[in-house]
Formats: sequence, C-alpha cells, structure tokens
Amino acid sequence: MNIRNSKYQNALETYHKKIQSASVEDMVLNMGPQHPSTHGVLRLELITDGEIVKEVIPHLGYLHRCFEKHAESLTYQQTIPFTDRMDYLASMPNSHAWVMGVEKMLGIDKDIPKRVEYIRVLVCELNRIASHLIAIGTYGIDIGAFTPFLWCFRDREHIMGMLEWASGSRLLYNYIWVGGLFYDLPVGFEERCREFVNYFKPKMIELNRLLTDNQVFISRTANVGVLPMDVAINYGCTGPVLRGSGLKYDLRRIDNYSAYPELDFDIPVGTGAMGTLGDCWDRYKVRVDEIEQSLKMIAQCLDRLQKELKRTPDFDPRAKLPRKITPKAQDFYARYEGAKGELGFYFIADGKSEVPFRAKARGPSFNNLSVLPAIGQGVMIADLIAIIGSLDFVLGEVDR
Amino acid sequence: MSFEEIKLLLIDKFGEGVIVGEETGGMQPALLIEPERITDVCLELRNNPKTYFDLLSCLTGVDYGIEAGRFGVVYHLTSIPYNLQLTLKISKEHDRSSDMLPEFPSVSSVYRTADWHEREAYDLVGIFFEGHPDLRRILLPDDWEGYPLRKDYKTAEYYKGIKID
Repeated sequence: MNIRNSKYQNALETYHKKIQSASVEDMVLNMGPQHPSTHGVLRLELITDGEIVKEVIPHLGYLHRCFEKHAESLTYQQTIPFTDRMDYLASMPNSHAWVMGVEKMLGIDKDIPKRVEYIRVLVCELNRIASHLIAIGTYGIDIGAFTPFLWCFRDREHIMGMLEWASGSRLLYNYIWVGGLFYDLPVGFEERCREFVNYFKPKMIELNRLLTDNQVFISRTANVGVLPMDVAINYGCTGPVLRGSGLKYDLRRIDNYSAYPELDFDIPVGTGAMGTLGDCWDRYKVRVDEIEQSLKMIAQCLDRLQKELKRTPDFDPRAKLPRKITPKAQDFYARYEGAKGELGFYFIADGKSEVPFRAKARGPSFNNLSVLPAIGQGVMIADLIAIIGSLDFVLGEVDR
Repeated sequence: MSFEEIKLLLIDKFGEGVIVGEETGGMQPALLIEPERITDVCLELRNNPKTYFDLLSCLTGVDYGIEAGRFGVVYHLTSIPYNLQLTLKISKEHDRSSDMLPEFPSVSSVYRTADWHEREAYDLVGIFFEGHPDLRRILLPDDWEGYPLRKDYKTAEYYKGIKID
C-alpha cells in the first residue's frame, strides 16, 4: 500500500535530477558500500569537482533489520540479544542501556546488588576499550599506518578472550540481564583482568609514540574536518565526537547511573593541541585518553570486587531477576553513555503486556554520521576518508 | 527551570492554545503541543536563554494503534547548559486513508539532527513532515511498499518477484 500522492515523491525526483545534472558538470563518484574505509556497508555518493568533494550524499540501510519491529514483537528480556547486534563492537553497553531502562520502568533499579552493578561497569568499560581500540586501529589503517592496526587487534584479543570467558561468546554477549547477570564472573577473572590492566598500560604509551605523536599522522588529521561545537550539538553528535569539539558532556557523570558515581575518572575533551579545536586529531585523541580513563575505572572496580564486594558462595546474580516483566503504563526515555555517544531507548509500555507497545532506539552512530554531509563539504577526497574514520560509527547501529 | 515554569513560559509567549494537554503520570512529564506550532515552540525553547534546549536527543514517530486512529511524534529535548530534559508530544487523528499520510511540520530547520530522524519516521511509520528539505526513505529502499512500524503492516510475501520466507 504505497501512497502514490505525487507530493510524497517530490524529494526523490529532486534527488534524481540533482544526480543527473551533476553527472554533466561534475563527476558523481560512489564510495562504498564495499569499501574498506567506510567501516562497513555504507554507501556515499560524492559529487566531486576534481579532487574536491562538493557534496556528500550518504545512503544507509544495507544492514537494516528493523530492530524496532523486533523489539515490538518480543518481550523485554528477549530483545536483549537484539540490542547486542546494534553496536556490535560494544555490545555490553547496549544491553546495559536497555536493561537499565527496563529496570527504571519496573522501579527495581535501586535493588540491584552492588556486586552486579560493579561487574556491569567492569565489562562495559572493557568493551569500551575494545571498541576504541578498533576505532584507533582502523583509523590508522585508513590513513596508511598499518602497524597500529595489528597492535590494537592483538590487545583487543585479550579483552575478547576475557569477555568470552565470562559470557560464553566473543562478540555478542547477552550477559547483562534485567535485574542481574547471566552468570557471576568466573573464578580467577579479577586476577586475569588486573594482569591485563598492568600489561596494557605500557602498550598505550607505545601506541602513543607510534601513532598519536607521529608527524605524518598529525599532518593528515590536524586541521582536517573541523567540527565546531555548536554544529556538533545541532546535529545531535554526542560521545567522543562532541567531546572532541571541546564540550565536557558525558552522561556517565551527568546522570550518575549504576556504579559510576563511586568511581573516580576524568572526562577527556579536545583541546586543539595540534591544530584547530574539533579537528580529526582531537576526536582521535579523546578516544585514546578515554582508554586510559577506562583502565582507571577498571582498576577501581577490581579493587572493590576483590575486597568489600568479594564473591561469596551463595551470591546469585540471578536472584533479583523478575519473573514477568510488565511495566505499568508509561513512556520512558532511557539514555546512556555508550562507546560512541548517547545511546537512548524510548519505550512506550501499555501496562498490560510483556511486549513494549513501541520501542525506539536512538543510536549515537546514526546522529554522528548525519554530520558528515556538513563537514565533508569542500574537502579533498583523501580528507573525507580521515573524517569518516574520526567519526567512528558502526553501521550495525546506524542501520539498526 | 521546572516543568511548570517551562509551561508558563510557552503560554506567555504563544498563548493558551499552544499547549493542548500534559502527561505528568510517569517519571518524565510530557507537554502536548498543538501540532502546527511545534516548530515555533522548539525554536523558542532552543533560543530562550532561560531554557537553551540545544540538543534534540530523540525524535520518534508513533502509530498509536488501529482503534486509537492517531499518529504522533515525540521529541526528547535536552538542555546541556542547564541539564534539563523535556518531552514534547504532538499527535493527530488519521484514518489511514490510502492517499494521504499524517502530516506534521518539520523541525529540521531548528535542529539539523531532526533531518535524518524525520526521514526515519517517514520511512518506517509513514509520517509526512511539511517543510523537510529532503524527505526520502532512509533505511529502506526507495521502492519499498508500506511502512513497517505501522500497527497494520503486513509482511510482504514477495520482494521484486523473490519469495520471502
């Protein structure tokens, strides 16, 4: 039942006409969907004048699975594995966001045992490091530095191994459940994790020496793709992209959810140290600094988990799991600082069923990518690659 | 600024008719706005130095069901300087007639982020946004039939002659 009112077809016709006339004067160039630098199946249609990009038209949807339709036909617990598949590089924060939203609606968010909260934060921060390592590694490879990519993947492998040990799978965990966890951490996890933190700290210094302060890398990224703060906010950019533009905006501090109020960490922001505030290097640097902050948080979580919140034989992370999840009729927007920015879930519960009436996912990558046509205008094609990499989006979340 | 103060501010500026109701039952109170005024309301809330709702967190198109016969849009605004959150809702009756979509004004001139969110709502829920610069489908192919997040959506059996199972 497509509605064939011609008014609704106007935009499509305008777009076709634009591409047609551009093919005469300028050149229309396709970048993607099968292009390594688009970080997934993203197709960019570029209208170019020689080496200069006059306009970027992104085409999305190659990975579209209609998450929201899934969420509207499954119960709240059954949707958790689907949230994992949104930002598949950082699955733990996704399910944590969903679970926190549902717990708030049920009113059980204050009853979650402290140990569960700390384990959640621990695995989320580990996953955030893994996600940032991919962002950094692939960014290097976009720009022509191959070694950091291998180093990042080598170190990420440790995290993948640990999370597999805890949850049973490497990428899509389904570990955080409404009211608790799938399992407690395996025996020896804390010690192994601390070993990793000690191993990884010097590796970051090495990585900084290799990539962050590399003159070739700086020349390719400093003063490129400058994103002013007001533009970033207007386009809904959040996370490292917004912080790279110099705004200290981190929901972990603003909303103070879960165990974050008890942890000590800083919010790194871009300073324009190598060029202009909000350029690609700033966004990159924010991620590097966030890895250090995450390591700091992990160390604090481990301290607590090994001392006052030590595992006891009778501790059951599933003890508070609600049998049936039927929130009372309400709508609720839950926001969460994911690895890429503000991850939001908007629920409409009708109060009768175990299935949400409407669930909308606000993916940070979707909004961060939407700024690309604005900052990609008038740059060189090679710089566009640098800009795409610095935005660090995951197509699984853009397309949902 | 509290919810009540924002309400008074809007009534002061635009008159009584701009707010058609409110929902204060849940954890996040919502203002129901007269649909035709939503762009002005958003512009005022963004620019007023007392509110500065500068970030549109989320924009959701909602089909309220076949019996209700209503379509709506929900806006979640965030004020970064004042650390405030506000929910605005607009809705309209619509009978799912075959040649007209429910129409609401676009706020993409106020918040650029609404551009893609409105395209998504158009794509999946079938809501037309008046004044949007480029309202094409965004996630689904241009020739897709129907709007998947409508409550009366039936999954297609064929896509371009290919059987779906």
